[in-house]
Amino acid sequence: MTYKKKLTKKIFFHVFVSLTCILMVYPILYMLFGSFKTQQDIFQNPTSLFPREWNFNNYANGWKGFGGTTFATFFKNSIIITVISVLGQVGSSAIIAYGFARCRFKGRSIWFSVMIIMMLMPAQVLIIPQYIMFNTFGWVNSWLPLIVPGFFGYPFFIFLIYQFIRRLPIELDESAYIDGCSKYSIFGRIILPLIKPALITSMIFATYWKWDDFFGPMIYLTDIKRYTVSIALKMFTDPAAQSDWGAAYAMAVLSLIPVIIIFFSFQKYLVQGISTTGLKG
Amino acid sequence: MRVKTSADNINKSKEKKGASLRSVLHNENTVGYVFISLFIIGFLVFTVYPLLSSLYFSFTKYSGLGTPEWIGLLNYKRMFTLDPRYIKSLKVTFVYVFIYVPLRLIFALLIAMMFKSGGRIIAAYRTIYYLPSVIGGSVAVAVIWRQLWGYGGVINRLFINLGLMEEEFSFIASKDTALMTIIILAIWQFGSPMLVFLAGLKDIPVSLYEAAIVDGANSWQKFWRITLPCLTPIIFFNLVNQLISGFMAFTQAFIITRGGPNDATMLYVVYLYEKSFTTFQMGYGSAMAWVLIVIVAILTAILFATQGKWVYYENKG
Repeated sequence: MTYKKKLTKKIFFHVFVSLTCILMVYPILYMLFGSFKTQQDIFQNPTSLFPREWNFNNYANGWKGFGGTTFATFFKNSIIITVISVLGQVGSSAIIAYGFARCRFKGRSIWFSVMIIMMLMPAQVLIIPQYIMFNTFGWVNSWLPLIVPGFFGYPFFIFLIYQFIRRLPIELDESAYIDGCSKYSIFGRIILPLIKPALITSMIFATYWKWDDFFGPMIYLTDIKRYTVSIALKMFTDPAAQSDWGAAYAMAVLSLIPVIIIFFSFQKYLVQGISTTGLKG
Repeated sequence: MRVKTSADNINKSKEKKGASLRSVLHNENTVGYVFISLFIIGFLVFTVYPLLSSLYFSFTKYSGLGTPEWIGLLNYKRMFTLDPRYIKSLKVTFVYVFIYVPLRLIFALLIAMMFKSGGRIIAAYRTIYYLPSVIGGSVAVAVIWRQLWGYGGVINRLFINLGLMEEEFSFIASKDTALMTIIILAIWQFGSPMLVFLAGLKDIPVSLYEAAIVDGANSWQKFWRITLPCLTPIIFFNLVNQLISGFMAFTQAFIITRGGPNDATMLYVVYLYEKSFTTFQMGYGSAMAWVLIVIVAILTAILFATQGKWVYYENKG
């Protein structure tokens, strides 16, 4: 009897959870299947998930882009910006994190609190003065404002890597020191290889955020040839464009593919990273 | 002899110089500052300087070109007395933040508790529930959201079929429901606080629950007396995080509704953007940014000040 009760409870749980799962991913599925619908189909049968007949034209139409600039350009731009900026953010953050975690210098705690405050500060409040500053540098309508600041560390990643380094036994550093390693070579030879998981986690987050970034590219980029994918997607929703929803879905699906691939291949690191940055430490 | 000594001396002084340079280079203070130098430079150039210059701009009339014109506190006065749209955006933002943050956290906690333990199937569920927060901030999702909640969209048709509504209707174009669609989108992305809760749940000692079972506690009591108090540090962490990101929300409201209809979804940053980058009132925009800093600072300070009352840290008992 109790076994039966347990079983029904279990079945009920799984049915309930699977149904809510469908609800959770429904918008994503709707977009995926919508990208294969004809324009007519999208408007006449908005409630049906599956297309009446499979139509692959949306991908070709969407790829054409706007005013002669194709999505090949937008994807290339996004990839260049993301790769350079992610390497810069994570590399510089690792260097800075080591300084905070393993060097006892004067003023360390002050600088550390500055870093924590920066982590809490809403980034958008600086957008106007930064824009004006980059404008005087002549950087507006280039990728530099999107890439360069990342090379000076990103507080969230500094904190994440810092937490990770602090968990490594200090004896490693000490024995390397006795063997004649300086602080610099300890970083390069001992610490850097060991913090790989934290670096990967940071890279995943950095990639998501840079790839999805909309505010920055919208403000700084004016020439369509330099646009990123996120800005290009937004153009489908502009009132001026004749809204080809099928094409918009198709390109939206393509824009999510890199993010989803990274998500499924590095899930383990993500969960790990979140638990490291969480409160313990 | 003489030559030798002087050569010796030179050598010695060279050695000394080398040694001192070396000792400076390997001194703990130098090493520390070498490693964090990038951070300090970035902080000064990309944070301190912009922060101070925006404070100055906030007292001026400035289009972003030419010279700013000093007008004292006029921007601040205008914000609170002459700009009803600003007051409205403030209201909208508070409604948005104070509805979505608690709901997102409640969902995150409930789902985390449901998926606390288990094998592969549970892990797969967790993945699916986390997926929206990976892609939810993207323009792609905003585009689809417009369609789902739009005129004759899926949600509308569904309600008609269920007999809850009678005619075609756009949730996005109505000022009474537009903000709700944005809030639902924000709640849908409860994945990352969920993961943080999961990590926290795993850290609660099993012995506590065992002791509670011995004492005859039911699951309800176990939740209120053990789970929730043990999670308070994590709830606090999530609360601070979500609150700040709530005030920064921009992309979704900007793409789905552009702040409309009738400013019903005019979130703070959307209005800040509109003032600063479409009408180029950068002085006014800077003043708005400073008020935002103060609001977020006050709310964070309140949270930190009250944490002693409701957050239990392990070492305190």
